Amino acid sequence: MKFKVRGIDTFASTGGRPFDKNKPLIIFVHGSGLSHMVWVLQTRYFAFRGYSVLAVDLPGHGLSSGESLKTIEEMGNWVGDVIGAVGCKEASLVGHSQGCLVTMECVAQHPEKIKTLTLMGGASAIPMNPELLRLAEESNPKAVDLMMDFAHGPAGHFGGHPVPGLYHLNVGSMIVQNKEIKDTLGVDFRACDNYKNGPEIAKKLDLPTLSILGAQDRMCRLKDGKILADYIKGSEVKIIEDCGHMMLLEEADQTLEILKKFIAEHYPLAS
Amino acid sequence: MDPKTYKFDTLSLHAGYQPSKNAGSRQVPIYQTTSYMFDDVDHAAALFNLERGGHIYSRMSNPTVQVLEERVCALEGGTAALATASGMSAIFLTIMTLCNAGDHMVVSSQLYGGTVNLFRLTLPKFGIKTTFVKPRDTEGFKKAIQPNTKGIFGELVGNPGNELMNMPEVSNIAKEAGIPLIIDSTYQTPYLCRPFEHGADLVVHSLTKWMSGNGSSMAGILVEGGTFDWMQNDKFPSMTEPYEGYHGLSFAEEFGPTAFTMMARAEGMRDMGPCLAPQNAWNILHGLETLSLRMEKHCSNALKMVEYLSNHESVAWVSHASAPGHPDKELAEKILPKGTGSMIAFGIKGGKEAGAAFINNVKLASHLANVGDARTLVIHPASATHSQMDEATLKFAGLSHDMIRLSVGLEDFEDIVNDFEDGFKAAKKPRLVANK
Repeated sequence: MKFKVRGIDTFASTGGRPFDKNKPLIIFVHGSGLSHMVWVLQTRYFAFRGYSVLAVDLPGHGLSSGESLKTIEEMGNWVGDVIGAVGCKEASLVGHSQGCLVTMECVAQHPEKIKTLTLMGGASAIPMNPELLRLAEESNPKAVDLMMDFAHGPAGHFGGHPVPGLYHLNVGSMIVQNKEIKDTLGVDFRACDNYKNGPEIAKKLDLPTLSILGAQDRMCRLKDGKILADYIKGSEVKIIEDCGHMMLLEEADQTLEILKKFIAEHYPLAS
Repeated sequence: MDPKTYKFDTLSLHAGYQPSKNAGSRQVPIYQTTSYMFDDVDHAAALFNLERGGHIYSRMSNPTVQVLEERVCALEGGTAALATASGMSAIFLTIMTLCNAGDHMVVSSQLYGGTVNLFRLTLPKFGIKTTFVKPRDTEGFKKAIQPNTKGIFGELVGNPGNELMNMPEVSNIAKEAGIPLIIDSTYQTPYLCRPFEHGADLVVHSLTKWMSGNGSSMAGILVEGGTFDWMQNDKFPSMTEPYEGYHGLSFAEEFGPTAFTMMARAEGMRDMGPCLAPQNAWNILHGLETLSLRMEKHCSNALKMVEYLSNHESVAWVSHASAPGHPDKELAEKILPKGTGSMIAFGIKGGKEAGAAFINNVKLASHLANVGDARTLVIHPASATHSQMDEATLKFAGLSHDMIRLSVGLEDFEDIVNDFEDGFKAAKKPRLVANK
């Protein structure tokens, strides 16, 4: 659905159900250069089981208007504003990759609004390879090829998409390339590279938190994901074997099952 | 720093398959099953509602077929693919997903005869009309577009006349009109040309031909490039508006670069059901493993054959984009740098009668209605593959009665030549030759 955030047209997938502000809200936040489309194998499930779902397109991404936000702090604050913009007071957050930094920032800035936090393929810092950052800021398609290479585990490179007929590397690539690379991926990578508050913010988080990590993740390595989880008081950690950074697609079923249990326990429909 | 993603030959052997998820089986298993067990009622509901990926019923998807889909998709550089029972069903499914009654297509006139008949005779039954344009008439494609036109369709190298459509320029015309360009790339395979790199939005193949190479199995496929923005205008409401068949799902919003394939499967395979048998998918996969090797030999044999025919006293003309003086030679060198394929059309002196004698007297070359087999194939299109077209349509499609269509195989070139010499010898005395 389209709605306004700070006066700018914003798109969020509602998982195929009409948005209902009276149902418990789960907000999904995508990673660098991507869009709501990466969440399709999680959002529809919750949307058809009593939750209201928003898989947002960050400003300038996917079907949202405006320019990409330049810092993780701004993005975190923007996600907080989304909650009020749709007439809700609180939400659970699910972030992937850069979306983990964004959702942690959102909790730090709007602690009263956030009930639970799920971090997929996260780390407390995401420093960028200088060459990859340069390529992305120059809109060089090679940046996308490198990103897809790093983002998928060894198994994902062969294929085996959970949805028959889809090919992992090219789906991700086209989601990024359907926008000007420097305006989305370039800005996002720079924002990740500049962001240094992760460890301090993580140590202050005080809400039910789940980290889902890919054992073969080369974008945010397993050890870095574990370090982040160690910073967060009481964080649950689930590791998916034989899986890279794109666990929400590479191992969509396992990811959904883990998320289902966490949400059912900490953010049940009755709440 | 370069990406370490797998390249063409590796993908042709490995893409879409993980042995670790299939009992360690190095070869792709044949999942000869109609249906798949659900974990529980919730799992079943989620699968039926496209909330999670997986298999329900082999009309919609099958694990063996899925490997083929992903493999072709990877080779083409696409986002998604849907395999079908034949190349014709891939085209039909594509058009039925794209169009509604009252819509219109702009289509190259030089096509396989069955495809011509589909657009000329069958699709009008569903209210879908077509304007045919000669493949070299690039401006003609633009002029033929109407407000209700939903796409441009063509074979890059037309069957059987070997005239090329200027795919990059026609792609620009399609983009200006906000409609997709659909290319039947059967003649090229992704080894010779990847149409998405030249502006195509959707690609269809008959996998029965070079992709398989063994002439054993029928199959087709639709591949999506993920390049077309279905939401750029209001021409494609079935893609962009809530779809009643899946609780108001908007395919374009939800699936973006894979939306067309998702809809073709969810609606087309569900309601029409031209599914590919897993055994056939497995046979095609075997062929794909050697695609590069075979296409190299096909092309090198074809080049020798063009030279041989061009210098033969019994041959009136030769059409192959590599041939000296071919009007599309420059374009072919640009978009088909590895070779222009192994289909040759030539005219035999003596016309239809001589052509019949030639075909009746070659013994190594097989006379049949197929192309792209590992074996050399010949046919007289006007009396076979294109025989259901009337005189005017034949002429518009660039067919003549002296034309012989040749699909050059992988045999030793000298053996093909010796066989052809027997055919040409008989063609000189057609009245004295008994039919086989």
